[in-house]
This record gives sequence, structure tokens and C-alpha cells, in this order.
Amino acid sequence: MEVLYRHIASDPAFIALRRRRNRFNWILTVVALSIFFSYILTIAFWPEWLAVPLGDDTVITRGIPIGFGVILTSLGLIGLYVVTSHRIFDPAQRAIVERALTATGTVPDEPAGTGL
Amino acid sequence: MNHVIAGALPAPRRLAHCARALSVAVPLVLPAVVMADGPGPRGGINVTAVSMFLVFVAVTLGITYWAARRTRTSQDFYAAGRSVTGFQNGLAIAGDFMSAASLLGVAGLIYMSGYDGLIYAIGGIAGWPVIMFLLAERLRNLGKYTFTDAVAIRLDAVPVRVLSACGTLVAVILYLIAQMVGAGKLVELLFGVPYEWAVVTVGILMITYVTFGGMIATTWVQIIKATLLLFGATVLSVLVLAHVDFSVEGLFQRAVDLHEKGLAIMRPGGLVSDPVSAISLGVALVFGTAGLPHVLMRFFTVPNAHEARRSVLFASGFIGYFYMLVFIIGFGAIALVTGKPEYFDPVTGQLLGGSNMAAIHLADAAAGDLFLGFISAVAFATILAVVSGLTLSGASAISHDIYVNVVCGGSAPEADIVRLSRIATLALGVVAVALGIAFEQQNVAYMVVLAFAVAASVNFPILFLSMYWRRLTTFGAVAGGSIGLATAVACMIFGPAVWVDTLGNERAIFPYKYPALFSMSATFISIFVFSMLDRRGAEDSARRFDAQLVRAHTGIGAEGAAEH
Repeated sequence: MEVLYRHIASDPAFIALRRRRNRFNWILTVVALSIFFSYILTIAFWPEWLAVPLGDDTVITRGIPIGFGVILTSLGLIGLYVVTSHRIFDPAQRAIVERALTATGTVPDEPAGTGL
Repeated sequence: MNHVIAGALPAPRRLAHCARALSVAVPLVLPAVVMADGPGPRGGINVTAVSMFLVFVAVTLGITYWAARRTRTSQDFYAAGRSVTGFQNGLAIAGDFMSAASLLGVAGLIYMSGYDGLIYAIGGIAGWPVIMFLLAERLRNLGKYTFTDAVAIRLDAVPVRVLSACGTLVAVILYLIAQMVGAGKLVELLFGVPYEWAVVTVGILMITYVTFGGMIATTWVQIIKATLLLFGATVLSVLVLAHVDFSVEGLFQRAVDLHEKGLAIMRPGGLVSDPVSAISLGVALVFGTAGLPHVLMRFFTVPNAHEARRSVLFASGFIGYFYMLVFIIGFGAIALVTGKPEYFDPVTGQLLGGSNMAAIHLADAAAGDLFLGFISAVAFATILAVVSGLTLSGASAISHDIYVNVVCGGSAPEADIVRLSRIATLALGVVAVALGIAFEQQNVAYMVVLAFAVAASVNFPILFLSMYWRRLTTFGAVAGGSIGLATAVACMIFGPAVWVDTLGNERAIFPYKYPALFSMSATFISIFVFSMLDRRGAEDSARRFDAQLVRAHTGIGAEGAAEH
């Protein structure tokens, strides 16, 4: 196991994948938190902006679609994360692990744990 | 209230032989409901509500019996043998998060002040992206039964486990008291059962589920309840929309026409007025959610990180959908309940049972008695499921983190662990019931705020930094976490909720209602400072951080699924 860990840790492909994935996750986190806290700060500082009706003949204010928009955007970002992880990061990682297993000749103790 | 209890006492003996087949808990509910003369939401006992609830109890006890036969090892007890699928776990996590407070409390808040309720609904979803992008998969790859396991891999196990277990227990017990008091009040109203009976019944059922069925039973109780809750909320929303010919504009128009605040219900009101409180509430909602121990614990019930990812996807989908429904239900309550004299106290003109009952009255107004019974039973089931999850999480902190890993130094015989977990469950259950009865007359809303603040100031920073910051040391984590815990508790005691409202002082020493912004900042700053000062532990910690990196990313070496 130690050999396998060291092999993967020093694999340039793994280091590159780790960086890409970390950057992607952090960007998504910052986007999600910015959207939420912008909404909260709008409520705190400019509640009257959210109180403007969407049109002359409606009681629905800007705040309603924006509020629902915050919920739907959060779900959308989570969806984007799942699709990207599944389509791009998982196959790349699988290739790295399989290559390392062949190279070191090890069999992981818990194949079920890898999720591969 | 006392004469009701006294009158109900001989009944369990009479009924006991009939109900023995079901469980010990049922005769406790049954006679109390039949004998009580307290007011239900409309002044009587709702037979549908009681029978539907009894069906729920019978089914969940059946599941507990089935689960008890499959619960042999500590992995079964804490992590359901790691055989739960992502979809099932998503439902169970959503169930843990959608408490009776979310359905009745948020709907009631919307009924009272309109738009402000939406802020809570959005806060409910805001923590999930953080859990997904930063925590869920790594946590599953590194941990075993509790989030503390993931931290203890690279830090010195004993001090860090003691601190995390304290964070878990404080958050769990505060949350549990709030749920218990809410449960007692709600069941008293819905079923006409005296408060103490309601709390004791909830306590006995929850102890039964967790002690015998462990995580397997708790998960299935949660899945059933989440399904019922989503189904009930969907039907209620569709019925509301049918009343306004499926025109959202029509629903809002009618609500504005009927509500005494008129157009003001369509815009943010006084819920969060100053910017500091707004940000602090936001911090508590986002990072508190990401540090809730009973939610984090659920990521260990799935076989691998891939399923943990799917768990969050489904959970956040269900939670987002549910909160959008609650928004419709809240406005539906304004549109359909307002102005109907049967739902209001003739003397005071107040909504019967308070604003928390808005959704319950709406069920009656929109669909009649049968559906009212269904929604009431779902609300009770919701409380039961949530307290069970909380209790299991607290029991795991006591038995797994403290007993096995601190007292016994990392390993103990399987039989001992499972037995001790059961004793811990029983003890926590008794404590929860006792505190629930003791706090009956208190306004416990601040306990939930404090539970979230503690989760955001102790559990989340330690877990997050242990996975992402190479320079973190044991000394830094323990010192920072303790300072955060103390800050959260002190801000709450000297803040408006306790210092003014409960202790009766004139002015609060700490002026803000939500301490999370201050206590979480205190944690992060002090962890940073103490870790940088701690030269001795740094090298060791960094070496172990590098060693766990491959496991955190790939899941090689992670705790796998059970063989059976």
C-alpha cells in the first residue's frame, strides 16, 4: 500500500489532475458562496431594490425570481460538479490508479473502497 | 394537565395485552390520545392522524426488528454495513435536514411575514454546495464512522477526538432539546396528548429504533419519512395551486389582498435588519450545515466516494425541491386560511395553535379532514426520525470516539463496542427526555442557532483544515476549536436571546443574535496562530498530510463495504 501511495503521489499525471480538480472545486465554491452572500447582503443593505415589482400589472417583486434563482443556481452548480467529476476527473483518475497498480504490482486491500 | 395524566394512568394496563404485539410504545400513545381532553388543532382528536401515525410506528418497528437481526458489528451499527446506495442515502440525508421546523416553522414564518420565510428556505440549501465541492468525497475516503476519524488520521488522535466529540455532543444535545420541546408542543396540539406523554413517547420510540436497529433502522425510518414528507408537501402544493387555477400570479395576488400587511409580504422585512446579523446568520446556515455531525456521519453509510457524491446530489435536489414547495405552502396558507373563522380563536383572533400551525390548517382548508390527518402524522414521523439520527450521532461520539479510541486506545472487542453504543443511546435518550420536559416553558429557538454556531465554529473548521491545510497541527486544532466553542457559547449567553430574554437583564453585552460569524472567525484565526507557533508538531503533521493525500483523492485504502 505504501509503495502504491508513493508511486501515485509522484506521478506527474496525478499531480496535474489534483491541481485541475482542486482549482475547479474552489472556483465552484467561490461562485456558490458569492451568489448566496450577495443575496444576503442585498437583503441587508438594499431591501428596497428587491421590493420593486416586475411590472405594472403584477404583485410579484424582483425578490421572488431572484430568491428562487439562488436555490436553482446552487442546484445547477452541484449538477455541474457531478457531471464534470463523472465525465472528466473520474476516468482520468481511474487511468492513473490502474497504471500504478500495474507498475507496482500491488493489489489494493479494499478494491470496493476506491469507487472505481 | 395533571388530571389528564392521572386519568390516563390505569389505561396502559388495560390496553397492554392488546398492544403487546405492536410494541411497548404504542400503549403509551394510545390511551393518552383516547383519554386526553386537550384541544387538537380544531378542538378534537383526529382519528385519521392517530391511525396513520400508528401505522407508521408499526411499520418502523417492523423495520427495526428486521434491522436488529442484521446489526452484528460496529460497522453495521454506525454505518449500516456501508451498503446504502447514493439515492437512498440522499433521501436519508434530506430527511435528516428536513425537520418539522422546516415544514411547519418556515411555512408559519411565511404565513406571518411573507418573503422573509424565503430567506430561511434559501439558507437551507446554501450549505450543500460547500459540502459537495469540498467535503463529501474526501470525508468518505478518509473516515470510518464519524467525521472525527478523518481528522484523527493526521493529528494526534486523543486530544483531537476529545475536542471533536465535545463539539458533536454540544451540537447534538442542543439540537435534540430544541426538537424535543418542538415535538412535545406539536404533538400536544395535533393529537391532544399531554406534553410530557408526547416527549416520553418520542423518547421511547427513538431509543427503540436506535438501540436495536442502529444505523440500518435509522436510515430506513428516515427514508420512509422523507418520502412521506415530500409526497405530502407535493400534494398540498398542487392542491393550493389548483385553488388558484394554477396561476402563481393569482396565488400571490390573493395573498396580498388578504394579508394584513398587504404588499409588504412580497419584500424582505425586518428578519435581518443590520448587515452584521445578516452575514452572521448566513455564515451559521452555510458552515453550520457543513458541520452537522449527524449529517456528516451519513457519508460513511455508502460504499465509496462515488456514492457519497451521488448522495449529495440527490439530497440537495430533494431539499431544494422541498423548500420551494414550502414557499408555495406558506403563501397558500395566507391565501386559503386567512379569513376562515374556524381556524382562529374567537376571543383573541389568533391562529389556533400559533403561526406554526399554518401548514396544518392549510391541509384542512385545501383538502379536508383526511389530509389533515395525513400531514399531522407526517409531522410527528418527521420529529421521530430527526431525533433518532441525532441520538445515533451523539452515541457514536461517546462510544466510538471517546470509549474505543481514547479510553481503550484504538481497539476494543466488537461485542463491547456495540453494547456500549446501546447504553450510550439509552443514556442520551433519557437525558433528551428529561431536558425536553425541563425546558418546556422556555423559548428554545436560540438552541438551534447555537447548535449551528457550534457546528460552524468547532466541527467544520477542524474537518476542513485537516483536509486542506498542510501546516495544521494538533495543538493549533485543539486550541482553536476550544476557543471557538467557548466564544460561541459566551456570545450566546451574553447575547440578546439569553442575557435579555431568559435572564431578564436590560441590555445585552454582546449585541448580535447570531454568534457564528464571530465564533467561526475566532476559531480560524486561533487555529492559524497556534499552528504557526507550534514548531514541534508541524513536521509530523505535514508528513501525515502528504501520506493521506493519495487516499483522500483516490479512495485507495478507504474503509470498504461489509462482506455480508
